[in-house]
Amino acid sequence: MSLVRSPARSGAGHAFFAILGRDIVATGRELPIFLAQVGLQPLFLLFIFGKILTTLGYATGDYAKLLFPGIVALTAALTGLQSTALPLVVEFSWTKEIEDRLLAPLPTWLVGVEKMVFAALRALVASLVMFPVGIGVLGSIPWRLGGLGLLVAVLILGALIGAAIGLTLGTLVPPNRIQIMFALILTPLLFTGCNQYPWPSLSHLRWFQVITAMNPITYVSEGMRAALTPFIPHIAPWICLVGLLVSLAVFASLGLWGFLRRAID
Amino acid sequence: MPDVKVTAVTPDTAIDVVGLVKRYSNSPVNAVDGISFSVRRGECFGLLGPNGAGKSTTIGVLTTRIRPTGGSAFVDGVNVVADPVRARSRIGVVPQRNNLDRSLTIRQNLLFHARYHGVPAGQRNARANALLAQFALTDRADDKPDRLSGGQAQRVMIARALMHSPPVLFLDEPSTGLDPAARLFVWDRIRELAESGVTILLTTHDMDEAETLADRVGIIDHGKLLALDTPQALTHSLVGSATLDVVVHFDGAFPSSAQASARPSPTAEISPRPDGDVLAELGQLDGVVRVERIAPDGPGLRARLYLTGDPARLVAPVAELVATCGGKLSDVRLGTPTLEDVFIHLTGRALR
Repeated sequence: MSLVRSPARSGAGHAFFAILGRDIVATGRELPIFLAQVGLQPLFLLFIFGKILTTLGYATGDYAKLLFPGIVALTAALTGLQSTALPLVVEFSWTKEIEDRLLAPLPTWLVGVEKMVFAALRALVASLVMFPVGIGVLGSIPWRLGGLGLLVAVLILGALIGAAIGLTLGTLVPPNRIQIMFALILTPLLFTGCNQYPWPSLSHLRWFQVITAMNPITYVSEGMRAALTPFIPHIAPWICLVGLLVSLAVFASLGLWGFLRRAID
Repeated sequence: MPDVKVTAVTPDTAIDVVGLVKRYSNSPVNAVDGISFSVRRGECFGLLGPNGAGKSTTIGVLTTRIRPTGGSAFVDGVNVVADPVRARSRIGVVPQRNNLDRSLTIRQNLLFHARYHGVPAGQRNARANALLAQFALTDRADDKPDRLSGGQAQRVMIARALMHSPPVLFLDEPSTGLDPAARLFVWDRIRELAESGVTILLTTHDMDEAETLADRVGIIDHGKLLALDTPQALTHSLVGSATLDVVVHFDGAFPSSAQASARPSPTAEISPRPDGDVLAELGQLDGVVRVERIAPDGPGLRARLYLTGDPARLVAPVAELVATCGGKLSDVRLGTPTLEDVFIHLTGRALR
């Protein structure tokens, strides 16, 4: 064993990308499982609500156009959430395998940021997969080149917010409560995010409109509608972006605080 | 603490801990309660103490995973509290529990660790191959960690910790839960590392491990460092716990097995003295604290001498004295105190 230190490339940035590389390799090994895990729920939502209900005449064909942007938004946010929350609980409490990364030469909070960035990448891949899935299930999907910039911005923010919420839950909820957490938090998030209905149409149900305005996923769904289906009434894009940025700031701060609390005693 | 400068540490000090205190938020007592010690470069230093003594907390602070409540800690000249990022590049850490990356193979565990630490791509493979060979893991390189035995996992974790050639290596209870063969293998590798100049800090509740591996041992209990020295000096410090058991036969009273080899005694003309006198004279010898007669389970006079120093040095004077009393030593047993005796002496209870 040589004592001579290898001329190591130092720098937190290098360590950050090495850890990101680790996550990509680990996920790449199980790509089919990953796609099934994140794709199955939106696929069925699209199939039942967008295809079956419209074919049977319980919903009009336009409903599919309204639903599709919401489902892409939901996929981005929930995949982000699921890619941080449970893995963090497992890595901190059971396998402890995150420890080797916490001992890498970079500030500990950057390891938390990496978790978020990687979860957001997974979420983006999953939401992009929804476009061919949508074409396959619905026959056609709403598409507008002019909305591309907004679509990319909203999806990236939505994926990051999902990841930040997951980081918060995964580090602040006690490990033995994580199952209850999923039941109590995931289901309300799933149905109050304006994925299956546009927010302005809730004006007759004021109380519910107020509740949905507090779910960050609402701004992802509405932003997606602004980008893909501007003819459907939606929240103004700038309000969506502000809402998304504020949500991201809140949950990323909370999540990183929780991460530091778990990482350093 | 942030004002403590690197200059506090001399160049040949690898680890320097001053007045370290850690109290966990949910605890009424300090887990580490004012510990100070330093470890020279190339030294193998052992922290010996029972479970819950504060060993792992001390390692946790030194490896940047636990923030101390007070005191200072330097590793390789770097303040671990003020500059944890730089400290991490100087240390290798082998934890108590298996924390290998289960999504990766053994080889990938080593290679990614090296990448985290910025080891250039050209060196990573060669170093991984060398360490896999050194730790007898070459044929398991492409397995996942969950297929390894406890001993193999421990070897992988040591190999991984060495991938970035850290000058200081921390081993938290390196052989706990290993079978004897795996333990000896790990001990041999630790000795090799120490000989190659890596500074090693290991914790253990196993006195054999501390005695075998450590140049110096710190005995720790209830968060306090009770004693710190070489294993030899610690055990020698126990006055009266080194023992010499002797069996004395007087002419004509040798057991039959010994008779065959018994030569004519040069002291045959000296008439044997009463046992009590012999014991009293043994008690007068330099270095003997007291003498106890042991209940005989065979022929001859059996006695235990409690000594201040090395029992081996007393064998010749005892034999001489016995001879002048007209007897002959037919059996001698040296009893040296162990670190366990030192621990019992310091704390009043056994190590485990």
